[in-house]
Amino acid sequence: MTALGLLFTAMMLFPVYWMVNVSLTRERDMRKTPPDLFPVHATLRGYREVLDQQLPYLGTSLVIGLGTVAVTVLLAAPAGFSLARLRPRGGGLVGFLMLVAQMIPGIIMAMGFYAIYLSLGFLHSVPGLIIADSTLAVPFAVLIFTAFMSGIPAELLQAARVDGAGSVRIFRSIVLPMSRNAIVTVSLFAFLWSWSDFVFASTLDSGGAHQPITLGIYHYIGNNNQEWNAIMATAVVASLPAAVILVLAQRYVAAGVTAGAVKD
Amino acid sequence: MNSTAPTPGASAAPSATDPVGTAPPPSGAADRFPHGPRSQQWAAWGFLTPVVIYLGAFYAYPLYRNLDLSLRNYTVRSFVQGNAPFTGLENYRKVVDDPTFVPALEHTVLFTGVSLFFQYAIGLALAVFFAQHFRLSATLRALFLVPWLLPLIVSASTWSWMLNSESGIANAALGWLGVGPVNWLTSPSWSLASVIIANIWIGIPFNLVVLHSGLQAIPASLNEAAAIDGANAWQRFWRVTFPLLRPVSAITLLLGLVYTLKVFDIIWIMTRGGPSDSSTTLATWSYRLGFGNLLPEFGPGAAVGNLLVVIALVFGLVYIRAQRQQDNP
Repeated sequence: MTALGLLFTAMMLFPVYWMVNVSLTRERDMRKTPPDLFPVHATLRGYREVLDQQLPYLGTSLVIGLGTVAVTVLLAAPAGFSLARLRPRGGGLVGFLMLVAQMIPGIIMAMGFYAIYLSLGFLHSVPGLIIADSTLAVPFAVLIFTAFMSGIPAELLQAARVDGAGSVRIFRSIVLPMSRNAIVTVSLFAFLWSWSDFVFASTLDSGGAHQPITLGIYHYIGNNNQEWNAIMATAVVASLPAAVILVLAQRYVAAGVTAGAVKD
Repeated sequence: MNSTAPTPGASAAPSATDPVGTAPPPSGAADRFPHGPRSQQWAAWGFLTPVVIYLGAFYAYPLYRNLDLSLRNYTVRSFVQGNAPFTGLENYRKVVDDPTFVPALEHTVLFTGVSLFFQYAIGLALAVFFAQHFRLSATLRALFLVPWLLPLIVSASTWSWMLNSESGIANAALGWLGVGPVNWLTSPSWSLASVIIANIWIGIPFNLVVLHSGLQAIPASLNEAAAIDGANAWQRFWRVTFPLLRPVSAITLLLGLVYTLKVFDIIWIMTRGGPSDSSTTLATWSYRLGFGNLLPEFGPGAAVGNLLVVIALVFGLVYIRAQRQQDNP
């Protein structure tokens, strides 16, 4: 069984291996037929080019990712608390709108944002991209926080209320600290989605002074320079956050994927 | 999920991706309880107001602007000045009459249908396989998440190079099997198949993870009882597991559908919808009209986008209904 499992996994991950292999291949071996299956003449030149050319892009992506995480958590955590615990009139409708919001194709949002940002002179700006990217994560985050905070024992909150704590106090001192796992899950996804975003970046920021790494790769491909080992080296570096998250926080990822799709 | 999950399979991919995609938990918990006392109502709305303003400013308003774009005759100049004449449904008529419309619609249906079928079938097979706990099974299952976590542009450019006509590994592998090379990305008869293959690869993890946790929820005793009655593994799967998994399957497929409809990155990066529109879907066509040409056609682009929104929302509402029914049988 394990052998079969290893075989399936190897097949599934072959493209990832190939990306790494090509990133280490020498320029002159790139057009060889058949291509080398292993990086026998491994070179780090592609990675040197990443260091030379792509660092600003990576930095921008990092800033945008962290900004998106901050916006998402700041907006979604209080909303989740309200929907889960304070039962506002009309809360059901807000929850429903969150579900619907997730289904709107990004390309349509991008076009609307483009029209708005153009008239506001907000194109090619990092804060503009942070706001646009946060629309990828906020509805999901509200739903995750709502589901998670519904699970906090009611007695805890009641006891605090009896002791005279107001809603703000309860939220800050009890609910937020207990929601650590939800905060981690939401932050991971918000970061990953904004790091990976291409649609908003290419519509709202192409040609801007600070561009994210997805555009860095896209320009590489588009320039027809066809330096595939540099392109693939950039791709490997752009994949690092995903790899880190998988190693360090795999259980949060699985929790996010299945949240709500399946009832336990 | 677009991703997620996350964008979904970009197919979600994480989607965007979401592929992309992550399933939202059911809402409506608030409806099942009486509303709180009056003082609590103030607090409740105090916590909720920022997100409501946000929804209005960054969802409703862009969507409204997009609708407005589709109902006016915009040129680059009037786009900047904002005085484009109102033309009603003219843009929609133009789009539907366009020779690209029917192929784009067909490709969208094919791309979505074929992607979903294989993502689901392969995901389910793998979920059943991983349900038998063996050494390393949890680790290997985690590794299967990798395609779904990678930025779509990374996956798309890797597949582009693998499918490169002259130097790609795919044609080299075909050569070893004695089959001639295929122009995966540059031949009109293969380009759609190529982007579908890449999209299936990206969508498998989402299906695997959701169906796997669906399988966990089925009591083992049912399968054991069937085994005692003499059912073999094949019969047990089709007579016991598969029917019991139906609600989860429905939700996986519907969510996958909503996320696959909006896949754009993969196709645009691999083929730009070409050659000669052979892999154009509604999503890539909308983008090309608005941003892909030197002379942007925002009106028709927005019109195509709005058609896509309507289609996605129809299936999205079906999904929400299915989700609710599963929660309150």
